[in-house]
Amino acid sequence: MAIEVHNVTKTFGVTPVLRDVSITVAPGSLTALLGPSGGGKSTLLRVIAGLENPDSGTVTINGVDATRLTPQRRNVGFVFQHYAAFKHMTVFDNVAFGLQIRKWPKAKINRRVTELLELVHIEQFANRRPAQLSGGQRQRMALARALAVEPQVLLLDEPFGALDAQVRKELRTWLRRLHDEVHVTTVFVTHDQEEAIEVADDIVVLADGVVEQAGSPHEIYDNPANQFVMRFLGPVTEIDGYLMRPHDIELSATPKPDSSSATIVRVMRLGFEVRVEMTLDGQDAWAQITRSAAERLGLKAGDTIHIRPIPNAKQLPVAVA
Amino acid sequence: MAKYAIRLVALVYLLFLLALPVGLVGWRTFENGIVPVVESLSSPEAMHAFQITIVVAVWAVVINTIFGVGMAVLLVRHRFPGKRLLNATIDLPLAVSPVVVGLALILVYGRFSPVGGWLDERGVQIIFSTPGMVLATVFVSLPLVVRAVEPVLAEMGIEQEQAAHTLGASGVQTFRRITIPGIRAALIYGVVLCLARALGEYGAIAVVSGRLVGQTQTLTLFVEERFQNFQESDAFAASTALALLAVLTLVVSKLLRPKDAD
Repeated sequence: MAIEVHNVTKTFGVTPVLRDVSITVAPGSLTALLGPSGGGKSTLLRVIAGLENPDSGTVTINGVDATRLTPQRRNVGFVFQHYAAFKHMTVFDNVAFGLQIRKWPKAKINRRVTELLELVHIEQFANRRPAQLSGGQRQRMALARALAVEPQVLLLDEPFGALDAQVRKELRTWLRRLHDEVHVTTVFVTHDQEEAIEVADDIVVLADGVVEQAGSPHEIYDNPANQFVMRFLGPVTEIDGYLMRPHDIELSATPKPDSSSATIVRVMRLGFEVRVEMTLDGQDAWAQITRSAAERLGLKAGDTIHIRPIPNAKQLPVAVA
Repeated sequence: MAKYAIRLVALVYLLFLLALPVGLVGWRTFENGIVPVVESLSSPEAMHAFQITIVVAVWAVVINTIFGVGMAVLLVRHRFPGKRLLNATIDLPLAVSPVVVGLALILVYGRFSPVGGWLDERGVQIIFSTPGMVLATVFVSLPLVVRAVEPVLAEMGIEQEQAAHTLGASGVQTFRRITIPGIRAALIYGVVLCLARALGEYGAIAVVSGRLVGQTQTLTLFVEERFQNFQESDAFAASTALALLAVLTLVVSKLLRPKDAD
């Protein structure tokens, strides 16, 4: 395994941030650490980078015990949410920094930096200062800077968190493509489940300093280990005491076996999909169906409708926490 | 109308407080042409005073720069018991009269104190000599570099330094290549302020130097001595020289600052 974290515990003051966390990251994979703010995912990433020391537990990188190594000696690339650009240096010098520290010859540095700037598409800004770049360009510069030293693992801490929605989407698609090109083992932190599902090969869900579940995006979405994971990974609704995905609900005008009747409160069209809000024994619930299905059923507020989960729908009982 | 009134008040205020006195010093200096000015400034006593002033100021600036940056890093980047006390103590030199500072230094380092006596036996003289004057100057200008650097260091944060560490830089490399360039503008500003303060220091220096003409007499002491002895032309010439030095340092700081602001 490229990264193995064993039983790591970390406390800030009296607040436990990581509680006996163990994860493994496969070589060459792109792994997302997903969870709500304050769940410990950034701290875990910083422990892997050596920017925080765990109270107990070990971190192994490519088979070498790195727990007591300083960040300087771990050879990891780290990308910060707010870029951490070296403000007084040009873009070129930012990317060259790690190579200059390693005392590469000048010609070799020039070649490598030019190559990297082309890889992240900011070669025309080589002589600018970071302040003259947009957020997305700065983050790509930071990525090039981290990749320059050929790190064993690349660690990204909410890399797109400070960017606006449009740039975020572009950059994550681009990150996926870049990873397919460079193949360096990459771990990134995000609180955006869509981002994790779209980009990552593997997802580790962290909340309250505990690993809730780890697996491929499909596994985690389709087979959440508990209510928390199910709620965090996508939309949920509660029907007859069960938590389920609103797109796993079948609506029909006439009663079907095992169906329950509900009253439609509101029908909302959101482009292609239609959101049907209803009450069921006094409880609010909603379903997500396609526009054509909604038109076929002729749904409108006040109608009575019969609902049931589709076959193989994932359901978790709400009562058992 | 109110706008013009405020401008007028500000101008009159500046005129009587700053422009008129300084202008008059300049006028009195050159009232008999430039030859007497050159003569009084090139007297051995004046030249020596110049030299002592520069030596003391440069030492004080060097010491305050090193300790100022170190102290700022300590205050911004570290948490330790007694930090608030240290923080409050740094401003003390601005609150205490320089004369008191001088007296306090004599109490500690004077020949008849335990510390001063011990040093004196080993041939080290602090009071009535250059080291004492440097100490006094360092003391009175202590907060200037710290307070100039501190906010910029805090604003800069630690992420750039952490990024440098992950890229393989050692502590020293990071400090030299990331931290210092990051605080450069503020550091220069602090150094210039410190230099200006050191050049103009009078009170503490007056006490610890013993005012030995030709030995421990700085320019400010020279001005005072000549003025008291009715050698006004000497006093005015040296005053103008001090004022020009101050203007020069301020101009240099202004020239250096905008380049860094981006």
